Amino acid sequence: MLTPSEDTPLVRLDRISKHFGEGETRVDALRDVSLKVYPRQLIALLGPSGSGKTTLLNVIGCILDPSSGMMELDGELVIQDGRWQRSDLRRLRLDKIGFIFQFHNLLPFLNVTDNVAIVLQLAGVDWADARKRAVELLDYLEVGHRKDAMPANLSGGEGQRVAIARALANRPRIILADEPTAALDSKRAEIVMDLLRKLAIEQDAAIIAVTHDEKIFDRFDHIFQLRDGRLEDSGDGPSISMDMAQA
Amino acid sequence: MNLAYRDIRYNLGRFLLTCLGLGLLLGVVLAMIGIYRGLVVEALTIARAPAVDLWVVEANTRGPFAEASRIPGDIREAIARIAGVVAAGSITYQTVEAQHQGTKLRLYVIGYEPTRPGGPPEIVQGRAIARNHYEMVADRTAGLETGDEIRLGRSTFTVVGLTQHQVNSGGDPAIYITLPDAQKLQFDLAPPAQRVQLARGAAAASRDTVNAVVARLQPNASANAIADTVQRWKHLSAITQEAQEAILSRSLVDRARRQIGLFTSLLLVVSAVIIALIIYTMTMEKLKQIATLKLIGASDRTIIGMIVQQALALGLTGFSIGVALIVNIKDYFPRRVVLEPDNVLILGFIVFVVCLLSSGLGVRAALRVDPAMALGG
Repeated sequence: MLTPSEDTPLVRLDRISKHFGEGETRVDALRDVSLKVYPRQLIALLGPSGSGKTTLLNVIGCILDPSSGMMELDGELVIQDGRWQRSDLRRLRLDKIGFIFQFHNLLPFLNVTDNVAIVLQLAGVDWADARKRAVELLDYLEVGHRKDAMPANLSGGEGQRVAIARALANRPRIILADEPTAALDSKRAEIVMDLLRKLAIEQDAAIIAVTHDEKIFDRFDHIFQLRDGRLEDSGDGPSISMDMAQA
Repeated sequence: MNLAYRDIRYNLGRFLLTCLGLGLLLGVVLAMIGIYRGLVVEALTIARAPAVDLWVVEANTRGPFAEASRIPGDIREAIARIAGVVAAGSITYQTVEAQHQGTKLRLYVIGYEPTRPGGPPEIVQGRAIARNHYEMVADRTAGLETGDEIRLGRSTFTVVGLTQHQVNSGGDPAIYITLPDAQKLQFDLAPPAQRVQLARGAAAASRDTVNAVVARLQPNASANAIADTVQRWKHLSAITQEAQEAILSRSLVDRARRQIGLFTSLLLVVSAVIIALIIYTMTMEKLKQIATLKLIGASDRTIIGMIVQQALALGLTGFSIGVALIVNIKDYFPRRVVLEPDNVLILGFIVFVVCLLSSGLGVRAALRVDPAMALGG
């Protein structure tokens, strides 16, 4: 387990709130959430359905604007007083954030290499160079032998490793994972978590995962519990009471 | 890398099947356009065949096609002597039914004087009529061959030549025979009826009657001025070629033309709706993929490009299938299907615009997709 470094946090949230609707229909999805995530940290977000986990992930992923609060990503002020400080959020996502989904969400019409290379192409990298880098990444994630396969022909573990390769293609320092092991069995879930740990260390990245998977709780540096939109720190370590995990 | 191409290649079977369906639909639209054009062309074919400038018909009629017209045969001599007239010919038209090899044929009989205007425009097989009696030139659509013999009235005719695309406004194939044979066929009574007439003391009617006299004019002659001259004879009317074509297209086949035109318009609207639905459905099925693309950093332009390119590929492929289909089967239609390049190009342009507009619906749906949709199950 790693301890937070003295570096600038890669993700810094300060009193982020998000509500949907107004008046009687108002729902407070996030209430004054403050959070710091440092390089090489693996953070888990837990909470029951409707607690605000996905809303928080969407805000950090720059796909949902908060109602108030401040957010910095990789030292750059992104949200101030609930307002975006950058107009090109697409580029921000492309440069700073990688996404890993519950189901790998690979584009079914592209082969494995092209699924990874497309992210680089979208960032403006030459197609030949993008494919070369994609193959390197696939080899690094030990799935290079499947580089020409179509997503439909991959096993769950292979698909998730390809999805991780895609998330890493642009060398983002913030990786957001939504239930990354939910579709995997125990063995493959452990492999994926080991891989994420390796990436966090080797790429100096921060990984924030929403998960309900008890089998992998011990792989996180920090586990946060969300209840009714409020973030509760369960402590520095992975220890968490089972009633909270199952809530 | 082209996302639209990759997606199409991945779902090639389904894409081609959709294109085939669209192609069949556009083929029907093209067929209707061809039938519409064919109707107009066929209506004008017989009037254009003699390549004349003036039609002299019975007074106060719009003959010989829109209304019945009968004038004395010797009028031709009078017309030929008018200044500015190069040549004139007498002509008759009538529809008959004849038996050939056990099949009933409906034929449009044109009687003409072989050395004067009024004959077939082009012989594609065999020769023109060379004898005064019992030879005929038939259109291919009649199913006759050179050397065939066919009985018309009380005489048997031999087919000596064949024409192509010579049919009347009803689609009946034209046959050309000499004027005397045509007059005999049209005006001679059957022997029993002739005997009854004689018993009644009725004078024998002159057979020298024609339906019209056609005239070719000198290049610098005014058809309208000569028509005015002709109309000074109170028993005659004169119609210029232009007016004759207007009568045929706007009067004779007008309702059929409008009927097919309206149906074709409806088909076009239906096609547009179906294209829009196909493209919209194609997009809706890909919303999660689009959300993923957005989340990993694809710009709106990339996503719009993918949808529009697929819509245009669908339209282009479907249209090509439709054109190929109709070009290959148009000759099997019982009536002429005329596809002019401009008709095909206009429909192609309409399909292009419809695809663009339809993809607009898909683009609108795609742009509304929240990237967050890619997250979660």
